[in-house]
Amino acid sequence: MKLGKDIKKDFKIFDSNNLVYLDNGATAQIPNIVVEEMNNYYSVKSNIHRGAYKLSGNASKKYEDARKVIADFLSAESQEIVLTGGTTSGINMLSQMLCKDLKAGDNIVLTRLEHHANLIPWQQKSKEKGFEIRFIELNKNLELDLESAKKLIDEKTKIVSFVHVSNALGVISPAKKLIKIAKKVGAITILDGAQSIVSIEVNVKDLDCDFFIFSGHKLYGPTGVGVIFGKIKLLEKLEPVNFGGDMISKVSYIDAIWNEVPFKFEAGTPPIAQVVGLAKSIKYMQDIGMKAVFEHEQNLCSYTIKSLKEIEGLSIIAEEAKRVSIISFVIEGVHPHDIASILDSQNIAVRAGHHCTMPLMKHLGINGTTRISFGIYNDVEDVDRLVEGLKKVKELF
Amino acid sequence: MYKENILYLYKNPLNKKDLVDFDICEEGINQMCGDEIKIKIKFENDKVVDVGFVGDGCAISQAATSLLTDFIKGKTKEEILKIKDEDVLKMLGIEISHTRIKCAMLGKNTIQKSIK
Repeated sequence: MKLGKDIKKDFKIFDSNNLVYLDNGATAQIPNIVVEEMNNYYSVKSNIHRGAYKLSGNASKKYEDARKVIADFLSAESQEIVLTGGTTSGINMLSQMLCKDLKAGDNIVLTRLEHHANLIPWQQKSKEKGFEIRFIELNKNLELDLESAKKLIDEKTKIVSFVHVSNALGVISPAKKLIKIAKKVGAITILDGAQSIVSIEVNVKDLDCDFFIFSGHKLYGPTGVGVIFGKIKLLEKLEPVNFGGDMISKVSYIDAIWNEVPFKFEAGTPPIAQVVGLAKSIKYMQDIGMKAVFEHEQNLCSYTIKSLKEIEGLSIIAEEAKRVSIISFVIEGVHPHDIASILDSQNIAVRAGHHCTMPLMKHLGINGTTRISFGIYNDVEDVDRLVEGLKKVKELF
Repeated sequence: MYKENILYLYKNPLNKKDLVDFDICEEGINQMCGDEIKIKIKFENDKVVDVGFVGDGCAISQAATSLLTDFIKGKTKEEILKIKDEDVLKMLGIEISHTRIKCAMLGKNTIQKSIK
């Protein structure tokens, strides 16, 4: 399958306008077949894991089949897939479950690149429990500095949680190496894969991470659904933090016994349509092939960086870093918000601001950036329109 | 949106200075982009005699804050609290898209917060 312009036909949003959509890092567009799949569920709607009637049985099967699709996509087992509301809800859940026994003197290691979603949950737990939070530094290319990681991760490090691909800069983390460093001290490893899952073939066995988290909506799927992959041995040991229907095997007025993994982590009626939709998005991506997606986005990045250099006063943040699908830049004398508005007037959608990484922006000494993030349907024509748009920005200011 | 007067004010903002002698100081943050401004106001006989703001921002927020800080000179707290969003938009004289309203109102909201 050819990526870029040719697959725009799979997405209704590109039918009737000349939209240049370059904000896939915020959310990616959704293929028509995924919307249809969710409609199919809604047209014969039923809850799962409860009714004895056929309708409910079919819904349960669809839901569990979807779990299997997600598991295969990550090279994991179905039992290791916990379905959540998104990356943020996943990290919040993990922070609740993993910090129970942490105390003053312990530490958790994050990085300078983290999205607020992989920072604030740990900050809050740190205030409650008194453990320290450490941040792995960046090298001159703004990639994670493994020497810094080696210094910061010690025998008191209980958790190492880090972003796989920076949503703000597009920088790829040396995940396998960092996980190895963390394993040496027995720390639990968590990968925030919200931005990597869309561009990189992820194999959790190969990565050897304990947890891998992502959302559906960036992966050309619906909003309101996300995934926690967790190694089965860890999931079995963990106590749930959300309680209610479906997560139990036996309940009395006094106490309750939990259901088995992964169901003990999925209290209440889950986002069934979204889970079914996400599985369809994943199948769509598998048909394209993640290697082809990666290559497509790499080519677009190289072409874009070359094109952006034509614009005077424009600096790409982390230009030399190993990156994927995202390019953040600033233009001297023009605020990112103004750049985005002027591009919007030409029907070009980009993101401006801090990208939910306020501490990183401050660390880099900037207020914010203009960010473009590619999807499978973007092509060089989109980049050319962007560059034309930026030239207009320069004319105005 | 990017008319000449807006771009002129962005490059040549009014009242962009850090007051040494002031009665009120307030910080405002635009949550959408993280821009921060600090506004200081000096009153005499209940009326604004001087006002200054510092901080980076987009063309819309810098222009709006410029115009508004000029507008409040000689006004009482009561009069300042009566300023509405529409008044700021009138001063700017441009159409502001929904996504940029927060930028246009950063100065107004910060000033009103400071005297409430």
